[in-house]
Amino acid sequence: MTDIEQAAREVTARGESARRRGRDPVNLPMIHNWVEAIGDRNPVYTDASFPSVHGGIVAPPAMAQVWTMYGLHGTRPSDDPLGAMVGVLDDAGYTSVVATDCDQTYHRYLRPGETVEVASRLESVIGPKRTALGEGWFVTTRSTWYVGDEPVVEMSFRVLKFRPKPAAPAATPTIRPQVGRDTAFFWAGTALGELRIQRCGTCGRLRHPPGPMCPGCGGTEQEYVVASGLGEVYSFVVHHHPPVPGRTLPFVVALVELEEGVRMLAELVDLSPEAVRVGLPVVVGFHRVDDELAMPVWRVR
Amino acid sequence: MTVSGAASIAGIGATEFSKDSGRSELRLAAEACRAALDDAGLTASDVDGMVTFTMDANAEIAVARELGVPSLRFFSRIPYGGGAACAVVQQAVLAVATGTASVVLCYRAFNERSGNRFGRVQAAAAGQPTSGGVDNSWHYPMGLVTPAATVAMFARRYMHEFGATSEDFGRVAVVDRRAAATNPAAWFHGRPISLADHQASRWIAEPLRLLDCCQESDGAVALLVTSTERARDLRQRPAVVSAAAQGSGTDQYTMNSYYREDLVGLPEMGLVARQLWAQSGIGPEDVSVAVLYDHFTPFVLVQLEELGFCGRGEARHLVADGVLELDGALPLNPHGGQLGEAYIHGMNGIAEAVRQVRGTAVNQVGGVENVLVTAGTGVPTSGLVLTPP
Repeated sequence: MTDIEQAAREVTARGESARRRGRDPVNLPMIHNWVEAIGDRNPVYTDASFPSVHGGIVAPPAMAQVWTMYGLHGTRPSDDPLGAMVGVLDDAGYTSVVATDCDQTYHRYLRPGETVEVASRLESVIGPKRTALGEGWFVTTRSTWYVGDEPVVEMSFRVLKFRPKPAAPAATPTIRPQVGRDTAFFWAGTALGELRIQRCGTCGRLRHPPGPMCPGCGGTEQEYVVASGLGEVYSFVVHHHPPVPGRTLPFVVALVELEEGVRMLAELVDLSPEAVRVGLPVVVGFHRVDDELAMPVWRVR
Repeated sequence: MTVSGAASIAGIGATEFSKDSGRSELRLAAEACRAALDDAGLTASDVDGMVTFTMDANAEIAVARELGVPSLRFFSRIPYGGGAACAVVQQAVLAVATGTASVVLCYRAFNERSGNRFGRVQAAAAGQPTSGGVDNSWHYPMGLVTPAATVAMFARRYMHEFGATSEDFGRVAVVDRRAAATNPAAWFHGRPISLADHQASRWIAEPLRLLDCCQESDGAVALLVTSTERARDLRQRPAVVSAAAQGSGTDQYTMNSYYREDLVGLPEMGLVARQLWAQSGIGPEDVSVAVLYDHFTPFVLVQLEELGFCGRGEARHLVADGVLELDGALPLNPHGGQLGEAYIHGMNGIAEAVRQVRGTAVNQVGGVENVLVTAGTGVPTSGLVLTPP
């Protein structure tokens, strides 16, 4: 059992919290504020002279939570089960929250002058779940509003406490290179943070893109050198259209002449397209896509 | 042995050029082929050879079935996209000249606008288990993912070295669109543009603007090749193939030949040019009409240089001087080109060259003796010289 599950078991075992009394009784001014904000013009909530089946003003049932809100400077009681689980999950790194479900059951209408109390218990803590927002736990509490000892409203409330995913980096390519026998050394290099240039094991010729047979001497023993990563923009494109998966428009692709004498293509990042020119000095960087792939990128130096 | 003059284009056929044909690519291919047969005055039973692009989705046997061609004794395909256009005719000429086949249909059919659009990101390109897939792996994952962007990389360097500007590229588009405006078959019929329109069009892949880029089109074109001897007896005036050549250069890539000594020429087109002049016995000064492949405007300028119409880096002066207008010394793309008429992978340009030789083009140039046609640029390519018999 995880620490989170252990904590959930303890909080659940405490049962219902102490009842907490609303700051004010059910009252007409707050009803006015609420129905105006919601846009509900039903006269049974505000007009005492209206011939209502309720025989007088009643509060909108959906206002139940309103009567026991903490107010701007209120503090959550120490035995509140949701507060307890939020603390446990915050400490475990599930720092973000989003409400996912709220089901309310109304046993009767409330009338102005009635004093309402609320109590809550932890119903369940389920996880860890992988969601679109990130990994997290679903925390469900059950609250009951009372007038005296009479339950008037019940609510099941569920939140997702999650660990937010890191924002996707702008240069994430969704088009992957093909890695084969003749090119694996290059991609193994980028994964290690090295820019490798093929060198013929027979005549020493440098070559990019690499291939299996040296066009100079016919040699098939291929080695590589690690490039300094320094070069100059030989030509470049500012791509505006169409949209490219994983990239924000516009972006720059630059053909760079490395100081070793070969040309190589990569995205030029962290510089406004207007500032790019032929001859711009650049240095290689590496953008890690995942555990297997890192892409070379150029940055101005 | 020379094949110069041995074979002719005796029939041309096409569908309408549109943005949504509403028909299968196979049907487009069959319709264009049947139109070419009708144009020549031949029937399906006369056909014994077929050639198309490797990129074409319609198998020779499928097209033969639709047409009712009883048997084929020659079939062949040419790779590298639009670079195949003139080379499919060369294949047919070689087959006819050697007696391998007698009547060869060359065709290209696609729904390139309503179906698979070449201008969109081809996300699978780097994943193909081929040497081409490996080549693409040095470019696509880095964000160079469209044909326009691949040419823009070249164009930027060309501008840097020669001082060419976006307006220099734009003048090519203006010439094409002016011709298309008076060609009823052109998508941009009645819609010429000004240089200001070009300059106001949005960036696609800087330094290329929208109006530097050819259209995306649905349609098909077919060409019928037979011996010049037989063509003389058919319905139309033959367009004699006086030269046909292919070319691929040093350290050649498909659209990404960025690793050569310089980035301002198209050596594969230079190789095609030298062969065309040698086979036909003419030179640049003898060309009556130039139908130059125009998927993107900068490569029209470079072709003019590689073909010998001017020196390196000087083509922009040729364009600015009005030489390429319909009434100029070297009329360019009288049908409107692929920027103006339609993008049928260069095959509609060959059909226009045939019409210019026949004297039946809507924008007919006077006194046509030699028509030069080129195929796709930035890729291994091809070219033709067509002449009257």
